[in-house]
Amino acid sequence: MYRYDELDRTLVGERVEQFRDQVARRLTGELSEDEFRPLRLMNGLYLQLHAYMLRVAIPYGTLSARQMRMLAHVARRYDKGYGHFTTRQNIQFNWPRLEDVPDILAELASVDMHAIQTSGNSIRNVTADPYAGVAADEIEDPRITAEIIRQWSTLHPEFSFLPRKFKIAVTGAPHDRAAVRVHDIGLRMRRNGEGEVGFEVIVGGGQGRTPIIGPTICEFLPKRHLLSYIEAILRVYNQLGRRDNLFKARIKILVQSVGAALFAEMVEEEWQHLRDGACELPVEEVARIEAHFASPPYEALDPHPPAFAARRLGDREFGRWCRTNLAAHKRPGYAIVNISLKPVGGVPGDATAEQMEAIADLAERFGFGEIRVTHAQNLVLPDVRLGDVYAVWQGLGDAGLATANIGLVTDIIACPGLDYCNLANARSIPVAQRISQRFAEIERQYEIGELKIKISGCINACGHHHVGHIGILGVDKKGEEFYQITLGGSGDENAALGDIVGPAFSYDAVVDAVETIIATYLAVRREGEPFLATYRRVGLAPFKERLYGAH
Amino acid sequence: MPRTIVTANRLRDGEVVYLAPGGRWAERLVEAEAAESEPDLARLLATAEQAVRALLVVGPYEMPVERAEGELRPLSQRERIRALGPTVRADLGKQAYQAAVRRSVADVPV
Ligand code: SF4
Repeated sequence: MYRYDELDRTLVGERVEQFRDQVARRLTGELSEDEFRPLRLMNGLYLQLHAYMLRVAIPYGTLSARQMRMLAHVARRYDKGYGHFTTRQNIQFNWPRLEDVPDILAELASVDMHAIQTSGNSIRNVTADPYAGVAADEIEDPRITAEIIRQWSTLHPEFSFLPRKFKIAVTGAPHDRAAVRVHDIGLRMRRNGEGEVGFEVIVGGGQGRTPIIGPTICEFLPKRHLLSYIEAILRVYNQLGRRDNLFKARIKILVQSVGAALFAEMVEEEWQHLRDGACELPVEEVARIEAHFASPPYEALDPHPPAFAARRLGDREFGRWCRTNLAAHKRPGYAIVNISLKPVGGVPGDATAEQMEAIADLAERFGFGEIRVTHAQNLVLPDVRLGDVYAVWQGLGDAGLATANIGLVTDIIACPGLDYCNLANARSIPVAQRISQRFAEIERQYEIGELKIKISGCINACGHHHVGHIGILGVDKKGEEFYQITLGGSGDENAALGDIVGPAFSYDAVVDAVETIIATYLAVRREGEPFLATYRRVGLAPFKERLYGAH
Repeated sequence: MPRTIVTANRLRDGEVVYLAPGGRWAERLVEAEAAESEPDLARLLATAEQAVRALLVVGPYEMPVERAEGELRPLSQRERIRALGPTVRADLGKQAYQAAVRRSVADVPV
C-alpha cells in the first residue's frame, strides 16, 4: 500500500496547522464566513442541514487497518459514533464541531490521512477499481496510475483553480468497476497489438444535471505519456472551459460543444508542446511508486481447500453469503471478500465505530491489514485465504456485517439526501430502506438476480441514479417529495444513461412502482436474462404500460 | 404576511438554532419568536445580523411557520427534518434530546 513520504507528510502537517490558525481566526472574528468558507471547503468541511460535515479523502479507496481504526476513533470521540462511506470512496462525518476540526485533522494526519481536495474546483480524489491489484481480470494495478496522478495534481498551481471540480477515475481491468465513462477523465488500461500497456482515454463524461457518457478521445496512449497528455487536456479545458456559468463549467459541456473529434485535435496539438518534456514519467519514479503497491507476501495455496468447500455446502447461510459476496482473486487459494454496508432496513454506507474496528481487526488477522472502499458504498477485504473465509464471515456476522446481497436488489446506493444534505429535494435513505425491506427475502432476491438500484436526493446525482439499472431521483413538487424513475442505466463497460419512465411518484408510491417494474421484468424476461439485458431488448413500453396503463 | 421566524447555525458547533425572544438563540424551534408583520421581521433580521457579527451564528435566514396545537411548526419537509434530525435516525439530532426529555418527564411519578 502507498505510504506517504516525508514531503507529503510535511505538507499535510503544514495544512493542518494552517487550518488551525484559520479556524482560530474565524472564531475570533478576524475572518468572516465569506472569507472562511473557501478555506474550510478546501479542507473538506461543509455546513450541512444539521451541522458541519467533514469529508475525509480515501485515495483510490484504499485504507489500512490502522487508518480504519483512526476513522473509528474520530467517529467515537468527535462525532456520533458512526461514519458514512460515499460513492466517491470517501468517508463523511456528519456532526463534527468546528472548534474540534483542527484536532480531527491532526489525528487523521498521524495516519497519513487528510481532507484536502475533497471539494473546490480542483482535481479531486482520484478513484479506482476497488479490486485494484487483486482482481483476476486485471492488466495492471490502476492505483499506481491513480497515485502518480495524485502526486502530480496535489496542489498543482496551474490546476487548483479550474473552471469547476475535476474527477478522474482509473480502471486496470476490462470489467469496469470504476465507472470511467462518467468521469471528467476516465482511463481504461488496455494492451495494444504489441502487448504494450497503455490507456484508452475518455473525456467529458459525467452525471449531475447534464449526464453524459464520455467519448473516447484516444484509443491507445502509451503509459509513459500519461501525465503530459492529461496536462494537455487540462490546459485546453483551463483555457476554454466556461467560468461564467456554473452549470456549463464542467469539461463535459466543453467537449459536447466543440465535439469530441475537434476536442481530441485540440488536445493533440497542445500535447505536441508537452510530450517528451518535463512531465514525462521517469522510469525510476514509476518504479518507486510501484514498489509501494507491491503484492503482499502471498503463500502458495491449494486453490480448492476442502474445508472451505465443506463449509460452503454444510452451512447454508455461509453458502449464500459466498455466492454473492466473494469475487475471484488473481492468486489461487485467495478470495476478494465484499462486506455489504446494506443490511436490510439499514442506512446504505453507514458503519459504526465498533464495526470499523471489527473490520480493522479482521483485515489485520486475515487480510494483510488492507481494506478497500467501493463506489457502491461497500467495503472490501482484498486478500483473504479461502481457508480463512469462514472465520472472516463469522467475525463479520458478530459485527452485524454479514449481509449476503452484493449486486442484488437490496444492495442499493443512496446519497445522504434530505436527511442530511443541504442541497437535497427529497430523502434518499428511507426510500432505500423501504425497498430493501420489501425485497428482504433472500430467495426472492436471487430470483430477481443482478439489479442495481441507485438513488439521489437531487440533480447533483451523488447517488449515481443516471447509471442505475433502476435510477431514482428525488424532486420537489410544491414542497413535497417526489421521485422520478429511470430505467436501463449502467456505469460499467457498457455504460448507458437511464431513460425516464414517466411522471414522478410520490414518497408513498415509489416503492410500489419499483415493485411493479421488477414484476414486469420477471414477467417478460427470457431464461437467465438479467434486468439490464431485458430492458435493452424490450425498452420502456412494457414498464410504462404496467406503471401508468390504468390511467 | 405568513408567520415567519429566523433560523441559522451556531458558529462553534454548527447546531441548528432559532432566534427566540430577547435575542436568544434557542435549539428548539418551538421557542422561536414569530414575526407577523414586516417591521417585526425586519427587527428579527437585524438582530440576526448582529449575532453574525458577534460570532454567535452563521447564515441566518427567514422561514415561514404555522401554529398548530399551540406550537410553532415548520411548513417545509426540509425544515421539519432540520428541526428534528434525520428521519432515519430517531436517536440523533434534536428529536433524540426531546425524546429523552419526554422519557424523563414520563418517569417522574405523580
Ligand atoms: S445528490 Fe443532491 S441530495 Fe444527494 S448528496 Fe448529492 S447534493 Fe445532496
